[in-house]
Amino acid sequence: MLDDVAIRIRQNIGIVTAVLLFSILYLLYNLAHPKGFSSAVLVQNGDEIFALAMLAMAQTVPVLASGLDLSVGAVMTMVGCFASYLLTGAVDGTPLHLDIFGLQLGLGTFPGGISGILLGIVVCLATGALAGFINGCIVVYGRIQPIIATLATGAVYIGIALFLRPTPGGKIDEDLNWAMTNSLGDFAATVHIFDDGAASWFAPVAWIPVPFVLLVLIALLVWVPFRRSVLGRAVYAVGSAEGAAYMSGLPIDRAKIAAFTLAGFFAGCGGLFLAIQTSSGNADIPQAGAYTLNSIASVVIGGTSLLGGTGSAIGSIFGAMVLRVISFFFRIFDIAPLLQPLFEGLILLAAVSIGALGVLRVKNTLELFR
Amino acid sequence: MSSASLSLSRDDRPILIAALFILVILVAGTIYTFARFGSAPLLSPTYLLQQLQIGAFLGIVAAGMMMVILIAQIDLSVPWTLAAAAMMATSIGGPLAIPVGLGVGLLVGLINGIGVAYLRVPSMIFTLGVNAVMRGLMVAHTGGYAPQTAATDLMRMLAGDRTLGIPNALFVWAAVSVLVTIVLQRTALGRYVYAIGNKEAAAYLAGVDTRRITVICFVLCGVAAALAGVLLAGYSTKAYQGMGDAYLLPSIAAVVIGGTNILGGRGRYLGTLIGVVLIVLLNSVLSIMDMPEAGRQVIYGLVIIFMLLVYGRGERVTS
Repeated sequence: MLDDVAIRIRQNIGIVTAVLLFSILYLLYNLAHPKGFSSAVLVQNGDEIFALAMLAMAQTVPVLASGLDLSVGAVMTMVGCFASYLLTGAVDGTPLHLDIFGLQLGLGTFPGGISGILLGIVVCLATGALAGFINGCIVVYGRIQPIIATLATGAVYIGIALFLRPTPGGKIDEDLNWAMTNSLGDFAATVHIFDDGAASWFAPVAWIPVPFVLLVLIALLVWVPFRRSVLGRAVYAVGSAEGAAYMSGLPIDRAKIAAFTLAGFFAGCGGLFLAIQTSSGNADIPQAGAYTLNSIASVVIGGTSLLGGTGSAIGSIFGAMVLRVISFFFRIFDIAPLLQPLFEGLILLAAVSIGALGVLRVKNTLELFR
Repeated sequence: MSSASLSLSRDDRPILIAALFILVILVAGTIYTFARFGSAPLLSPTYLLQQLQIGAFLGIVAAGMMMVILIAQIDLSVPWTLAAAAMMATSIGGPLAIPVGLGVGLLVGLINGIGVAYLRVPSMIFTLGVNAVMRGLMVAHTGGYAPQTAATDLMRMLAGDRTLGIPNALFVWAAVSVLVTIVLQRTALGRYVYAIGNKEAAAYLAGVDTRRITVICFVLCGVAAALAGVLLAGYSTKAYQGMGDAYLLPSIAAVVIGGTNILGGRGRYLGTLIGVVLIVLLNSVLSIMDMPEAGRQVIYGLVIIFMLLVYGRGERVTS
């Protein structure tokens, strides 16, 4: 029994390290914070973590299939720009029109009200998934290296985002913004369920931030079933040995397309939340780039090998949280804003270098060149 | 030249197609300008030289990037290596400006190389961290504002002036190009680079000190980025925040469009040269057409995908 546990820990050393690191850092953060261990702090942190955590999950799936997706930040930005048109919550709907090369095309009216918002969310997530699906098709049928194919599609998606929002703007329904970015109690009060959140059985969980609940739901309802499906296993198999996976008759083409589609879907979730949180759409190219790069860093910190085949999206969530908690510390300890990028970089370098010290124990140098 | 023969080698095909695509861009751009303004600026040598002068900075970065891509690594620290070299060069000033700038690139390349070659950290993540550190150092150094220091006369002369009507930056780019071509084709180092890119374990077993070669490649990439930074500071007479951000992705794209395999081990420098020219001309045609940023990004992405669909396709995995 104990041996089993020891083996399991050794097999998942990356994710265990990430969870431990996060737990220690977050405990210290709350101890140092004047309002530590309160719902307010938790809600604020949840809002700041969610988008990066989604992008980290998005990045994980193609990385598991040993392909990198450099377009996750662009997909996030594009979906956010769509959301800023579709989720305005105007009662009589939002008229949509397309101005392209001087042409004015009316596209009818997008429905308003609650049903409009729900439809808008579905459309946004579908857009993200479609972008990922296109990535997957280019990688599989075009046989172009994922890293360079997604670099190119990322430029296209950013272009679409810029086309939609040349300047930041748009609007998100206030109730939606309030409901999604606060605690469960506020969510219940906004959508009028459980006696506006005052039901006595509801009180013990009312403090939990909505973004955390969403994160857990998405992980449990999307990631875990995918991981256990044939396609999910095929993704891992493709990542560890594509030739062997092909000879075993696994659906490697479908697995790769599924991996990129899922990445697009997760990135879409992140973009949707970011738009809801900021109540606007913003085609911010540096931001998209920063999110893409941080998603790669999160994946590595979360214990997923960039070579593919081992790791998990859950680990990446913790990797993203570690990255974010580090920046929370800057606020607590009053580190000059000018020094923050330096510390972020040093901590990232230190983390990956310490993780790499195992190479010093390798006896056969040839093992290094896998 | 093999372009005359019917059967093209695997490495020549991309170069030829990319060169043809450059012609297509020139013709399409000229037709557009002729129809709209009644002139053909794209065909005037002055305009082309001016565009190539701007392209020289990208060309030098791409030359360094190619060394790293050929050994199946990547250097994401280029943007702030470039900016740091420019900022240090302008703030030191005097005759030491250029050596100090290049020294910054050498140092960054050395750190990258040691992290990737000896610690075996994936280059994607290690150079990303180094980029963040360089950015942090420069933000702390400048206080986050545009530095007030100016480029030295020598830097301005190298980047901005002309000799016999040809911009000096083009001479620097040509010198770098000749150097890289000689290293890749005529030296043992070049052979080792291709060998490592194909299979590092095999190169190691054949007696190549693969880790030292890896460090050398990263140092060359760092120095190239620093040289571009020093020149760019000379061209714009000062260093500024984020001056390198516009060079990372185009340099990778130029290398790949030129037929270099992103997984390393294959590709010729001539291709990278053509890839740079293609990107520079595409950019200038788009700016002549007054294309908004949105359209530029879309076209940019579609061109990369199109070029790779034509000749950059991988092989089907069958075993």
